Amino acid sequence: MSFAPFAVAIWIFLVGLYGVVTSRHLVHLVISLSVVQSSTYLLLLGIGYRTNGAASIFVDIPPNTKAVDPVVKALTLTDIVVGATVTALLLALAVQAQKRFGTVDPDELDPLRD
Amino acid sequence: MSAGGGASQRRDSEISFATRRRLFLVSGVVLAALMVWALGGMPGFGDYHGIYGLLLNRVAVPEEHATNVITAVNFDYRGFDTLGEEFILFASVLGLALILRERRDEEEGPPDDDATGRQVSGASAAVRLITVALVGPTVVLAVYIIAHGAITPGGGFQGGVIAATALLLVYLGGEYLALRRLRPLPLVEITKATGAAAFVLIGVGGLIFGAAFLENFLPKGTAGDVFSAGTMQPLSVAVGLEITGGFVLILSEFLDQTLVLRRRRGARSR
Amino acid sequence: MTVLQVVALALVAAGAPAVVAARDPLRQALMASFYGLLLGVLFFTFAAPDVALSSIVIGSVALPTIILLALAKIGDKDS
Repeated sequence: MSFAPFAVAIWIFLVGLYGVVTSRHLVHLVISLSVVQSSTYLLLLGIGYRTNGAASIFVDIPPNTKAVDPVVKALTLTDIVVGATVTALLLALAVQAQKRFGTVDPDELDPLRD
Repeated sequence: MSAGGGASQRRDSEISFATRRRLFLVSGVVLAALMVWALGGMPGFGDYHGIYGLLLNRVAVPEEHATNVITAVNFDYRGFDTLGEEFILFASVLGLALILRERRDEEEGPPDDDATGRQVSGASAAVRLITVALVGPTVVLAVYIIAHGAITPGGGFQGGVIAATALLLVYLGGEYLALRRLRPLPLVEITKATGAAAFVLIGVGGLIFGAAFLENFLPKGTAGDVFSAGTMQPLSVAVGLEITGGFVLILSEFLDQTLVLRRRRGARSR
Repeated sequence: MTVLQVVALALVAAGAPAVVAARDPLRQALMASFYGLLLGVLFFTFAAPDVALSSIVIGSVALPTIILLALAKIGDKDS
């Protein structure tokens, strides 16, 4: 059981990647990409976890209790916010593609077109 | 100039959907096998070996007088990484604004001349009441989470996004157009730029007063107080400002796209 | 691993294919919102409450809004 989180992270990665590869709509592609990103958050947090550890916030617990790793939590939480803005940028690109080419199907967006 | 939409000439050499899927399934299995093999070399879940994290947990509270070690990591121990992340955010919002700018064949117009008959104003009275009533508490909550970032879970990142959702509430209440008159776009951009600049300036202040860039040079109170932990507070506020400005800008750009920008009458359709 | 963690992991593992399998982008946006909530619960069971907060605010509120707005604009030009 102790490898379950990492196995689930691998599963989510592959599922999201499948969505990206076989996508027929640019927005669907972008959302699947964000699913791939979420697998990395799971992996990071899985690495930093200590069994029965508490959260690394010592307001109401004495400072020497066993706590989980704070560095990966810091990385993940900034990453979630910044990842959302990058996703927004990709969506803006999709909107622009629709405006310029009239389609959001990746198959029809031929680089040599127009 | 070919017409937009419509028929596309599929080249004969293009890979069909079924082939692509089969190709992925094969390579996906190989990738999965490699990853599972890597899994074998990892420590088990809960079996934490890293020394850095243990050290930080032990040391952060007495050193920084902050009880939220994660915020301490974000804004002090690894403040430089946060600076980098912030600029990723800045750059992508900038890119988004550039992409969605008003194009030559579009103009601003009132949203009621809409061919598809979509309603823009006219949220029901119950929705309006609830959203307007919730805007105040949301902003207060956001400020609370930012200010208490060094003590309880939270900090500039989460609080900034919550503040941006206050704008979302206004949009849901149907008052977006009224707000737009009150909240000019340059103000939002200034907010975002101020946040980013403030982060850097506080770091430079570290250079002036202390030894290293972004070093924590303000006096630290006792742990558990709101104004303890030195520069983490102002840094948290700076990040919150930037994120709020960034997300508000994103939302406004998209909202402008749907509500306000209309194709100029008589433009060629592409 | 506690029972809560196992359940949360299972939910997330089931949620990810559900997000990808929803081909209609509108439906997918709603699924993505729910997936953000599931992730938040998972992070919470991993003793990371602030990461959960971040995930819920972004993944359930901000991101689906942006997606829906982009979809509104894309669907608008469908003629």
